[in-house]
Amino acid sequence: MRKHLRIGALAAASAVILAGCSTDDSSENTNGNGAEIVIWTDAEREPALAAAAADFEEETGATVTLVQKNFEDLRNDFIAQVPTGEGPDITVGAHDWLGALVTAGVVNTIDLGDAAQEFEQVALDAMTYDGQLYALPYSLETIALIQNVDLVGDEAPSSWDDMIQRGLAAGTERPFVINTGGETGDGYTMYGFQTSFGAPVFVQDDSGSYTTEVGMGGPEGEAFAQWLHANGAAGTGYLSTTVDYDINNELFNSGKAPYTVQGPWAISAFPDVNVAVNPIPSAGGEVAKPFVGVQGFYLSSQSDNSLLATDFLVNHLATEDAQRALYEADPRIPAFSTLAEEVASDPIIAGFLASSQDGVPMPSIPEMGLVWDLWNAAEAQIINGAEPVSTWNQMITDLQASIAG
Amino acid sequence: MATDDDRLPDSGRHESHARGWRGFGWGFMVKLVIMAVVNALGLTVILTAYRTESWVILGASIALLLVADIVYFTKRALPLKYLLPGLTFLFVFQIFTLGYTGYVAFTNYGTGHAGSMEQAVEAALIQDERRLPDSPSYPLAVVEQAGEIGFAINADDTVLVGTELSPFEPVRGAEVDGSGTPVEVPGWEVVPRASVLSDQELQATVVGLRVPFDLDEGGGSVRTREGTTGVVYTSSLEWSPEERTITDTETGVVYEASDRGNFVASDGSRLATGWYVGVGFENFVRAFTDATLAAPLLEVALWTFAFAVLTVASSFGLGLLFAMIYNDPRVRGRRLLRTLFILPYAFPAFMSALLWRGMLNSEFGVVNDLFFFGADINWLGDPWLARLAVLWVNLWLSYPYWFLVCTGALQALSGETLEAATVDGAGRWRRFRSIVLPLLLVSTAPLAIASFAFNFNNFTIIYMLTGGGPAFLGSSSGLGSTDILISAIYNISGVAGGVADYGLASALSIIVFVVIGIISALAFRQTRKLEEVQ
Repeated sequence: MRKHLRIGALAAASAVILAGCSTDDSSENTNGNGAEIVIWTDAEREPALAAAAADFEEETGATVTLVQKNFEDLRNDFIAQVPTGEGPDITVGAHDWLGALVTAGVVNTIDLGDAAQEFEQVALDAMTYDGQLYALPYSLETIALIQNVDLVGDEAPSSWDDMIQRGLAAGTERPFVINTGGETGDGYTMYGFQTSFGAPVFVQDDSGSYTTEVGMGGPEGEAFAQWLHANGAAGTGYLSTTVDYDINNELFNSGKAPYTVQGPWAISAFPDVNVAVNPIPSAGGEVAKPFVGVQGFYLSSQSDNSLLATDFLVNHLATEDAQRALYEADPRIPAFSTLAEEVASDPIIAGFLASSQDGVPMPSIPEMGLVWDLWNAAEAQIINGAEPVSTWNQMITDLQASIAG
Repeated sequence: MATDDDRLPDSGRHESHARGWRGFGWGFMVKLVIMAVVNALGLTVILTAYRTESWVILGASIALLLVADIVYFTKRALPLKYLLPGLTFLFVFQIFTLGYTGYVAFTNYGTGHAGSMEQAVEAALIQDERRLPDSPSYPLAVVEQAGEIGFAINADDTVLVGTELSPFEPVRGAEVDGSGTPVEVPGWEVVPRASVLSDQELQATVVGLRVPFDLDEGGGSVRTREGTTGVVYTSSLEWSPEERTITDTETGVVYEASDRGNFVASDGSRLATGWYVGVGFENFVRAFTDATLAAPLLEVALWTFAFAVLTVASSFGLGLLFAMIYNDPRVRGRRLLRTLFILPYAFPAFMSALLWRGMLNSEFGVVNDLFFFGADINWLGDPWLARLAVLWVNLWLSYPYWFLVCTGALQALSGETLEAATVDGAGRWRRFRSIVLPLLLVSTAPLAIASFAFNFNNFTIIYMLTGGGPAFLGSSSGLGSTDILISAIYNISGVAGGVADYGLASALSIIVFVVIGIISALAFRQTRKLEEVQ
């Protein structure tokens, strides 16, 4: 027994030594000259951030740790982990998370100072909540009308009807194809057509901020619902819930439809088509205003190194070189104005840029999270042939009830 | 041990006292190394937990490590030596998760209620502090005097120095560099930027420091965010920890901390950020009484039972049928055919579900094209067809399992019993009803219960095949006709990007856990009776 105890003590001693080694290492990291900031990023942006981080490390002697995550996971992980103190100092994110992040109290305001003038106003507006800027924007994205130049030329159709005429004249299987997310419905892709009827999701106040008042009810919304129905399974059939993202891209890429509505991320799915990008045509008479999404970098409200992290954002990422590296790593429309002008020499980017200038920021209020399921489902049902006005108004009633809590 | 003895012939064989000193032996040395590693890991966890002040983890890991050392370094507690690793994992991965879910179920943790009250106050103050619209940006340096930190700013070529309590005053004889940043301030020591950046405590002080121009409250004060420029900010909210109120000094509105985890003013307006609080049994009550939730949840619950029962029944039936057919010696090529029948089981379920989703597409899918003469049947868009589709795909996925199980059970049946029954004049059906099925059920009924519990929570197939759709009409719940309880909980939890309510989702998962627990317990009791009959 004593022998065993002695060995036990030996084991414990060696364990202490082993454990000691590891604690020595980590304490050096926090106290020595190697201050550390942690940045959450997705795979596409990691190389560009790594380049900016290398400059920063050289200049300040701090360490930048990049943690790669799925873009879809970032929002919930950030909300869950920042309050526990385990979150990062900075994360990549989309602007429509902002409401959720603010109500969770996990983001800090940032002050770009003079650098703010270098960014597109719509990008700064999107990252602004209740008059405060919460993120460094770096890219814009929106959807636009993409057309097959060999079938219908590169001229922008003047309206929905004009587009359908041209599409029918092209003699393809379908005049037009649009992703409805299969049976799920896709209010996002359809939003340009919806706003051309004057039916925004939420009403905007004078300063452009979204209120929680649902704006897509009333005669405008009903007109849009009737349009969906008239072009759905019970009508012309141009809109169909059999089309999901992949089928949409396949039909367009194989030349079975000369027009589609898609974002810049889908361009790589059209290798066989000579494409032109134009603003979405109006179906209801008003200008079609698709959603504009903005990506940027958020600063954690619980960061222990907020000085360092802000320095990285404002003085190292808000520069033309860093923004160019981000653009080259993942080509989206840059939020940095001079860079946006520069890359607009590419006609495809210019087309999306033009579409984004008509667009409206996607609402970033937390209530938007309640909209998607109901909205998508109602559109899918109407396209499938449900009675349009009652289905649409039922959705509006449900949505208002759900927002009221 | 035989090899040990062979290697050590002298010490082993010739000594009469076999228990004498022979070194520790291989086993003991291995145990020692493993325990050293375990202790090292445990101590690392303990030290880390101590440093990050996670007291629960600290206590639990100390207890676990002590138990491990005691169990493995005493000669008693032999059964525990085998059980401890399993028990540890059970504790860490099951009990802890269960306990935590239980805890969350009694809170309102979710969108708008994510952190503690202190964090909510901090967030409110952060969100309220605004840059003065016409504030210039002053080049700034961090300065120190007898341990007190202050700012030196360059305002129109005059260097001003101030601290939290003493407003900015001009200093004479200060020097600035090319960019206008003060580098030499008489009476103060300029803190180099590198040491500001590398010292976390100093960083916190600098970020938290507000230096006023004058002590009059309204004028705003200078702060810096990155340590090189100072900008004037104003703030109108004031936090009073004693009264637990936040007061807007501009409008006079007082926001009181409510017991729901929000700062609410008397006119009903509230500050954006809340914190999570305990809400008692409210989440459980809501699941049954909230009109927007109760009706869809009831429908979802009924469908969940139907889905689980029908899946088990249909796949058991089909599996048994095939097993009996391919157990018959008259069928040729049985081995090959059996292998083919097991194939659906070999594919990952989520891939099969995705494939079926494509095949069931009403316009482009092969199911309509090949089997229904190109008819336009919207399998996934109609509530009842979608349910049928889910059942069909799940049958396709799970009958191979029952085919395997039943084949094994059939082959284990004694031929004599069957022969005796035949001699007694029992027909084919009679033999199946009275002999084969009861004997088969003894071994397969517990598996059927497990399969029921699995399908009750079969998230993959619902999520991948229909996503819960088509959605219920006229309901603000966001749930759909093929949603089962677990996918409904996922939807309610808001993980998919909606408005999250983890408290309600946790409460629902606990209800589901209890339901499955009760059903399984009852069913297992029934099976025991089945065995007694034998």
